Amino acid sequence: MVKALILRSAGINCNDETEQGFRMAGAETEQVHVNELISGKKQLNDYDVLCLPGGFSYGDYIAGGAILANQINTKLKKQLEEFVAAGKTVVGICNGFQVLVKTGLLPGDGMKATLTSNYSGKFECRWVKLIGKDYGMEAPVAHGEGKFVADKETLKKLEDNNQIIFRYSSHYYPANPNGSLNDIAGISNKQGNVIGLMPHPERNLTHGNHPTWTRWTSKKGGEADGMKFFRNIVERMK
Amino acid sequence: MRLGMSLQEKECSMKAVEIFNREKTARDKAIEESLADFGIDADVRVSDAYYISGSLSDDDVEEISERLLSDALTQEYEIRSRRKKGSWIVEVRYKDNVSDPAEDSIVKAIKDLGKDAKAARTAKRYCIKSDISEKDVEMLCKKMLANDIVEEYYYGYEELEAPEPKITEGKAKNEINKVEIIEAGDEELQRISSEGVLSLSPEEMKAVKDYFRQKGRNPTDGEIETIAQTWSEHCKHKTFNSEVEFESNGKKELIGNLFKETIVAATTKIAAKKDWLVSVFKDNAGIIKLDEKNNFAFKVETHNHPSALDPYGGASTGIGGVIRDVMGAGLGAKPILNTDVFCFARSDYDGELPAGILHPKRVLKGVVSGVRDYGNRMGIPTVNGAIVFHDDFLGAPLVYCGTGGIIPKGMENKKAGKGELIVVVGGKTGRDGLHGATFSSAILDESSPASAVQIGNPIEEKKVLDALLEARDRGLYKCITDCGGGGFSSAIGEMAAETGAEVELEKVPLKHAGMLPWEIWMSESQERMVVAVKEENLDEFITVCRSEDVAATVIGRFTNSKRLVVRYNDMALVDLDMEFLHHGLPNQKRKAVWKEKSKEEPKLEEKNDYNEELKRILAHPTLASKEEVIRRYDHEVQGNTIGKPMVGVFNDGPSDAAIIRPEFGKKAVVVSNGINPRYSFISSYWMAASAIDEALRNIVSSGGDIKTTALLDNFCWGSTENEEKLGSLVMAAKACHDISVEYETPFISGKDSLHNEFKSGGRTIAIPDTLLISAASVIDAENAITMDLKKAGSSVYIVGKTYDELGGGYYYDLFGEIGANAPKVRAKEAKKNMETLTTAMRKGIVLSCHDLSEGGLAVAAAEMAFAGNIGMKINAAGIPNEVDTGYKLLFSESNSRFLVEVAKGNEEEFEKTVITAAKIGETIDEKKLIIGDGLIDADIDELKTAWKGTIKW
Repeated sequence: MVKALILRSAGINCNDETEQGFRMAGAETEQVHVNELISGKKQLNDYDVLCLPGGFSYGDYIAGGAILANQINTKLKKQLEEFVAAGKTVVGICNGFQVLVKTGLLPGDGMKATLTSNYSGKFECRWVKLIGKDYGMEAPVAHGEGKFVADKETLKKLEDNNQIIFRYSSHYYPANPNGSLNDIAGISNKQGNVIGLMPHPERNLTHGNHPTWTRWTSKKGGEADGMKFFRNIVERMK
Repeated sequence: MRLGMSLQEKECSMKAVEIFNREKTARDKAIEESLADFGIDADVRVSDAYYISGSLSDDDVEEISERLLSDALTQEYEIRSRRKKGSWIVEVRYKDNVSDPAEDSIVKAIKDLGKDAKAARTAKRYCIKSDISEKDVEMLCKKMLANDIVEEYYYGYEELEAPEPKITEGKAKNEINKVEIIEAGDEELQRISSEGVLSLSPEEMKAVKDYFRQKGRNPTDGEIETIAQTWSEHCKHKTFNSEVEFESNGKKELIGNLFKETIVAATTKIAAKKDWLVSVFKDNAGIIKLDEKNNFAFKVETHNHPSALDPYGGASTGIGGVIRDVMGAGLGAKPILNTDVFCFARSDYDGELPAGILHPKRVLKGVVSGVRDYGNRMGIPTVNGAIVFHDDFLGAPLVYCGTGGIIPKGMENKKAGKGELIVVVGGKTGRDGLHGATFSSAILDESSPASAVQIGNPIEEKKVLDALLEARDRGLYKCITDCGGGGFSSAIGEMAAETGAEVELEKVPLKHAGMLPWEIWMSESQERMVVAVKEENLDEFITVCRSEDVAATVIGRFTNSKRLVVRYNDMALVDLDMEFLHHGLPNQKRKAVWKEKSKEEPKLEEKNDYNEELKRILAHPTLASKEEVIRRYDHEVQGNTIGKPMVGVFNDGPSDAAIIRPEFGKKAVVVSNGINPRYSFISSYWMAASAIDEALRNIVSSGGDIKTTALLDNFCWGSTENEEKLGSLVMAAKACHDISVEYETPFISGKDSLHNEFKSGGRTIAIPDTLLISAASVIDAENAITMDLKKAGSSVYIVGKTYDELGGGYYYDLFGEIGANAPKVRAKEAKKNMETLTTAMRKGIVLSCHDLSEGGLAVAAAEMAFAGNIGMKINAAGIPNEVDTGYKLLFSESNSRFLVEVAKGNEEEFEKTVITAAKIGETIDEKKLIIGDGLIDADIDELKTAWKGTIKW
């Protein structure tokens, strides 16, 4: 069975629903506090998937994800690099994506990118349509710092390497809710085993999550778009 | 990237770093736009400054700046930069004694880098390039950039001289003072009460004096403060618990206890029929049954006074406080939803602004930001709310914060036992928030104490929540409560009311040096909980807290002495009998008078069509789209928001209620509110009745069921020292009783805030009598329904009769009129309608449903149409009514009415189920709203544009 570690730290707050997504996708799940990894009470290499969920790690008081990224880089860098090198999967959603970008794990290979304040300057909670490299989905975004920014060279490499895994459905607000360059909503590393995205697939696990589900003729609940995301990751590690 | 060392660098205890964005950001532009409002044209750049103390070399600071504080791609940093050619530089930061919520995280991050850090403070710097005078800069600081209640500011032209923040962590002062009262005369007693912000009445001061005369000694400062806070309106609800001699239109009645004979009496009458009531009135929150595993706890509070002084801090600590109420309900509930309702003066208010009052737009923006930053960071979806705009809220804006949570069955009871340890969990105790409880029981004026305002720290609270839920599930404590108004004195005083307690105050971790023992005891510092832990569980409890980086400190023990004993380093601070503290408050006898107001109905001209009037009503800020606010709140976190605040084809229609499905289960909680203070200009009785009716309509429209609905009451009134004000409160409480009994919807919790007035220069601004009713109904998740029209060709029904009831409504308001006919509630027939409507919904034959409220039929129809992007045609003649004019038909605000969309072919079944329903029209392909013979004939996009255009910033 695929074992997924859902990382917790002060201010992470999407851990339960993210765990639910992995569980529904058939993974064995465990929520582990970052302190437990640092103390050695838990070992990263006992798991197949490391997921950094959304939230406001340590309040994001410096910048989105910066403080947890700093902690990971200073305390867990070696473990994490080995984990990635072993071909296991690292997933960052929203704040987790910000963390992965700020650790440098994404886009990887020394490429420079960041997630910065939304073009509007405002926190924004709304549903978006995503065009995916492998599959599309709908999911909500809820962030103030989700604008993907990189230099031209990096953007070109990301395109050339096929590292852009999700794009917003249009270049215009509100379809692109934050002004991300090239409408980038999610990327992976070159190898494809470190992935991150701003939207929240874990908030669209069942039909009842969708904003227009009461308009559908068949209302009976079933799995929704977001499950594609979790199934895809779990399948990958089987 | 390093920009070079400033010339000013010198040896100092704190290092300062400034972070600049390379490119202009939305934050800069927003400030420029606000400056433009003052007629100032400027080029603005905002930067973040950090002050760090620790033994750090220049290289260390460099490394911290580069690796942690700045983003290499978008930012640059400069160490101690405070110069800019041709610009004014302004620094704004929290005052030294106000906690900076960013501090702990920054200190932690610097330590992670292997560097030393003892303290950190943040500041904002504004570099303003503009041709303005020093006077202008001072004005901008005061009116826009800083709030001097909690912040301080410094500025200079081209160069900024700002002192470093002073970090004063350390020891308290060993000083306890006696308050000389046992020989004091009446005048002296009152002086002691008012100078000490004690808010104690002459009778109460006398009772205190008598108690200490018996003891043969004077009280300490700690004792008098403890009594004042325990007896405060905030904690004891003296007015609601008083005996009232009530005179209504000449008839006299004696009410033994206002609260017990109205709100509680109603619940008692209904309770036998409601097997889902779990815990009512006795705890921090009301608790009802959810499913086989969990119960649902619900609480709404106000945080009005602090939000008036500092909207951001006041709102954030308001949210933080009500979340802690739910965390401290039973053995602790897990918060799953927030609801926020505000009452403000209009944002475009351009009248005179009395000294000490912030502009309502600033209040609105500050409050919304406070809710955003606290709720979002806690990871609790803010899913429901309302904003009422009326200029009578200018002096005393209202901020209602509510939280719902789930708690495993069987955990609703708690009790602290003799010998158990008193453990404080969470944040340190500081000088912040002194006198909040007593202050909130007084009237606001220019001199209101700044110490009552704090800035919330949601991350601390989230850590405390995570740690306590784990400890709860391991059974490590048997009693818990939050530290709110009155701090330890209230939390421990209440927990130990039946037992007794001994507290060793010197053990409390402090954040400010030089605190007096009574200040430690009374401090309302945020993010603290108090739990009762058995000695044998202490190690495990502390281990659980530590694993989440949460401080837990033993500060005393529960006893069976029935005394509250508090020492500071063996000096006695408090030694009071629990009996006196909790039952020594002299019984109040109050007089209340109610006279029917003599109002008249206006004579208004009839018109051929009302398209313009409809648009103007839709654009009234109270009714207008709140999208600008709603999208600032995360309403999707936790992944269980199945009924959104905005619904319909484009996710922007106004939903009636929020629906949350806890833990991906089969059951859901429908949460709604009802509020309309305008009706109280005519009758506080019908205002209150209408609030209940509206909350219930919202529940029913969304698929909820009044048979499983519980209510919360939150009264906000002006000063009830006034007999007529108290009279109107009595009438509202009576309405709560009468209407809830008829609907059989019990109250489970509530709160009151009775001094919402502002005094300035001989002028008193009192709020309208305002009752917020919050409702929660447990249903099967699949029964949720939304208000947006679903398809063309359906039949449209109206349920409920339309009366001549436009008084206090929005049509009359267009003409500056109030009128005389406030909407009444005819609960007997309404209850049947609501119940049969629910039955029809369960049969699956209702496509959409929306209640008629502010602006009546025309507004409800417009909202359903543009939310669904489908037209609607209504035949006015079919509407059951008792009105004589077109505008009354369109805009009457009669209660208990619904518009219902029923799919073609299901009409007969629907009519059989809801026998009073009248078919009045159909949904149409054309994107138009047509009512009657041209009474309304409008494009739905135009209606929507009017509705969406008002609240934007």
